[in-house]
Amino acid sequence: MAAPVCLEYRIEGNNFMTAGTASNNIKNTLKMLGIQSEVCRRAAVIAYEAEINLVIHANGGILKAVISEDRLEITAKDEGPGIPDIEQAMTEGYTTASNQAREMGFGAGMGLPNIKRNSDLFEIESTPGEGTMLKSTVFFNK
Amino acid sequence: MNLKELAGIIDAEVISDVDLSEIDVPNAYACDLMSDVLAFCSPGSLLLTGLTNIQIVRTAQMLDLPAVVFVRGKIPLEETVSLAKENGIPVLLTKYSLYEVCGKLYAAGVKPSYVPQPREA
Repeated sequence: MAAPVCLEYRIEGNNFMTAGTASNNIKNTLKMLGIQSEVCRRAAVIAYEAEINLVIHANGGILKAVISEDRLEITAKDEGPGIPDIEQAMTEGYTTASNQAREMGFGAGMGLPNIKRNSDLFEIESTPGEGTMLKSTVFFNK
Repeated sequence: MNLKELAGIIDAEVISDVDLSEIDVPNAYACDLMSDVLAFCSPGSLLLTGLTNIQIVRTAQMLDLPAVVFVRGKIPLEETVSLAKENGIPVLLTKYSLYEVCGKLYAAGVKPSYVPQPREA
């Protein structure tokens, strides 16, 4: 592969109708590039959970995917309320999601743990009042 | 089992433009929490749920699930049906409860979805 493929989407906050569109595009692009289906599945889960987090918690943000020869890097960046205690947010079952999100089937406290579980490399940085930056890497030949 | 036979077992009304007899359904996963579906449902599994919003179809799309069954007589929202049609994901509607659908399909030989092992950190 020559230059990396870079996909960037602005995700709208609290819009459950369009949530998932960007992740679906990312997944389809990976498939089109011939990336193995297990990797596509993991990438789709990471992108979708990150996208849903932007919709539910952050009043939107930027979802970015950079596909290079050996890896996919997904970045979700927002200027939302931030996460005061990341360790707590990473605990399965812990959630601060709204009732609306729960009615949609989210807010089970599985989002960030799901992302981490499917990532080869996982980083999250957050400053309360300023926002959150999540970065997940998936290697293609692992 | 193919999806056409399966639809017969649960007396399902089918919303689909694709031929159900062409779709093989070896496994199923029943859940109303989409995050749990994303965590525990293996690709190729049939999704059984009582939620009918558009994100159910998105979830199915992300995981390459072959079809979705809405239980308890729930009628899906219009946008849910249209996204499913756009993506060639058949939607089945049944009046039975989640428990009854699971029982009928389990008895008919549909296996559980395997749970992907947590990856090493």
